[in-house]
Amino acid sequence: MGDAGIDRVSERTRGVGPWAWMRANLFSSWWSTAVTLALAYLVLRGLAGLFAWGVVHAVWSVPVGANGMADPSACLDAAGVGACWAVIADKWRLILFGRFPYHEQWRPALVVGLFIGLYAVSAMRRFWHAGLALAWVVVLAGVGVLMWGGVLGLAPVPEDSWGGLPITLILATFGLAFAFPLAVLVALGRRARGLPAVRALCVLYVELIRGVPLISVLFMASVMFPLFLPEGVNIDKLLRAQVAFILFTAAYLAEVIRGGLQALPAGQAEAADALGLTYWQKTRLVILPQALRLVIPPLVNTFIGSFKDTSLVLIIGLFDLLSMGHVALSDPPWQSFSTEVYLFLAVIYIAFCFAMSQYSRSLERGLDRSRRR
Amino acid sequence: MSHAVADERPIPARAAPKRRLRLSWADRRFRAIVWQVLIVGVVGAILWYLIGNTNANLAARHIATGFGFLHRVAGIPIGESLLPYNPSVDTYGRALLVGVVNTLEVSLIGIVLATILGTLVGIGRLSRNWLLAKLTAVYVETLRDIPLLLQLLFWYTLLQGLPPPKRAWSLGHAAFVSNRGIVLPLLHWQPAHTAALAAFAAGVLGTALWARHARARQDATGVRPRVWPVAAALLLILPLLAWAALGAPFAVEVPVLRGFNFRGGLTLTPEFFALLLGLVVYTAAYVAEIVRAGIQAIPRGQWEAAEALGLRHGQVLRLVILPQALRVIVPPMTSQYLNLAKNSSLAVAIGYQDIVSVADTTLNQTGQAIEGIAVIMAVYLTISLSISLFMNWYNARIALVER
Repeated sequence: MGDAGIDRVSERTRGVGPWAWMRANLFSSWWSTAVTLALAYLVLRGLAGLFAWGVVHAVWSVPVGANGMADPSACLDAAGVGACWAVIADKWRLILFGRFPYHEQWRPALVVGLFIGLYAVSAMRRFWHAGLALAWVVVLAGVGVLMWGGVLGLAPVPEDSWGGLPITLILATFGLAFAFPLAVLVALGRRARGLPAVRALCVLYVELIRGVPLISVLFMASVMFPLFLPEGVNIDKLLRAQVAFILFTAAYLAEVIRGGLQALPAGQAEAADALGLTYWQKTRLVILPQALRLVIPPLVNTFIGSFKDTSLVLIIGLFDLLSMGHVALSDPPWQSFSTEVYLFLAVIYIAFCFAMSQYSRSLERGLDRSRRR
Repeated sequence: MSHAVADERPIPARAAPKRRLRLSWADRRFRAIVWQVLIVGVVGAILWYLIGNTNANLAARHIATGFGFLHRVAGIPIGESLLPYNPSVDTYGRALLVGVVNTLEVSLIGIVLATILGTLVGIGRLSRNWLLAKLTAVYVETLRDIPLLLQLLFWYTLLQGLPPPKRAWSLGHAAFVSNRGIVLPLLHWQPAHTAALAAFAAGVLGTALWARHARARQDATGVRPRVWPVAAALLLILPLLAWAALGAPFAVEVPVLRGFNFRGGLTLTPEFFALLLGLVVYTAAYVAEIVRAGIQAIPRGQWEAAEALGLRHGQVLRLVILPQALRVIVPPMTSQYLNLAKNSSLAVAIGYQDIVSVADTTLNQTGQAIEGIAVIMAVYLTISLSISLFMNWYNARIALVER
């Protein structure tokens, strides 16, 4: 790639003033200049086109027709020239909260808020103690109460009418909450020296799950779980998908945690043994707190992956955020405005994932600092 | 559960002459045996219970287990297939095989393209050119944060919004882009082409041998014979000669519009193209990060030393940096390849007939849920294992470079 090739940020020549900066970073050679000009042209054209489509010629709302349905003719006129944000204006509550009773939708909205608050609190270092586990239990119980209702004067809402963002967050968060302890046990089991049978079981579980795609585990949950249970016992679709999700996530988390266990110097375990701690005391007080701290960045990356993976429940017919986008698009007036809906969904997913990845990066920097000391 | 299970204390028994197992909780080995029996027993009991229920349920629903259904006629229409397939005569076994081949096709092409695109983007992120570095960074950050399924659906609906075949975009009246896919002209295959291909394979072998010879000469004398003229002769001129010797036949099958669709040529269906595009664009973002991290892991001294030797920028990259970076890159790359192969299962959402879609249709038609899932899992486990083995072999090979 010539002069536009590899370099490091720190190696860049830092001149004085914007002109020197531009000469160093945009026009350092004729090749670099050509790249800059070509890219600048493409970017400006792209942005201008996007602005014209998304803002200037966009249709923000449409009148409601005689039959009570939205009348998209203004959007159809603008098709190809301007975006039809009216589809979002019309459908955003359906996409975000599914078919939850319209007047009760403050409940899923509150659930989303609770989840975000829970993530924010969990991310802060000063809350990393036993109280956090309690906060999780309380919030998850609160989520159950808000969604199901039936107590505290809340109208009961069956699971069939849940949908949208709460389903995505429930699958991701409950998946995490249950997969994590399981993953710790599996990771410990995989490293248990004196127990070859337990080790073999853990290896089999982890490698089996990691060798197959999530969709096959979800299919298994939706068609095989009913066969596993005694006759007459039936668990609903959401719970089945949740169980599949927990089993799947746990295998990946277990590998990350095992990495942390391996990275811990053997002297830590030996010192704990010398103090006369039992295995579980040693694990709980010495090994896990250090090993888990080592792998927080890859753990967050696994969370990001599993958050995105929740979208796969669309394939087995559950109504998560992505599926609700699909449902909104099946409404006759809006069928041809998929780009707008997909962009809207993408922005929501990006917001969550970007927050998590920035957090993971800041942790990594902190970890680097403490290692260098 | 308060007592030691996998206690890692030094075992006196190891140094002392072999001690007899005492049936006491104080004996480490005794405890280990008890724990293992307990855990394996519980897992076994759960499995036993589930299998028992399954058998009862299957009996109640009158579903026969077994793989006999593989020999029955499938009747599953499959849009595209590298193998000859006819839904009205071929069996479920054949249909599943077609699905496997489709999965392998999209995975292999996807892996190659994602590696190329990802490497370019990863190198671009390290560029001295600020605009290029920022744009590639935006690419990586955005595409990694959007679920692949959403991206696939987006590409698929985008391709479906293309004009119908009658108003297809044409590139020189030879290739056409429409909502039925991309149609490319196809070379009319003749024996001379097979000969040229064979000559090319021989050329690859010859080039490899010559490169080995060149390396041996360089080690012995310090002078490296030129490789590229020989390579050019073997790889270009040899196949051309073979082709010309057999009369240089060249005929192209140009697709033509017949009725509502194109006939002839090579068709990339929208399903295949959307899946490939989604997989490549998504995985390339991860590959880019791996490549970037691999290059950044090389100490600055390596760059400086190579430049001090008078190597040009490209040479530094090719001869000094990349061989070392590969050692950092290969292990995480392996897991990205595995992810791509597994992610190709999302084909089921957009109607590309990969193994998951075919198995899903099969289990819906026959009711053989357990067998269907078992087939999917067996196929993916085999693919995962093969990729792992190959990449481990490759990793061991490049690790040997270290002295």
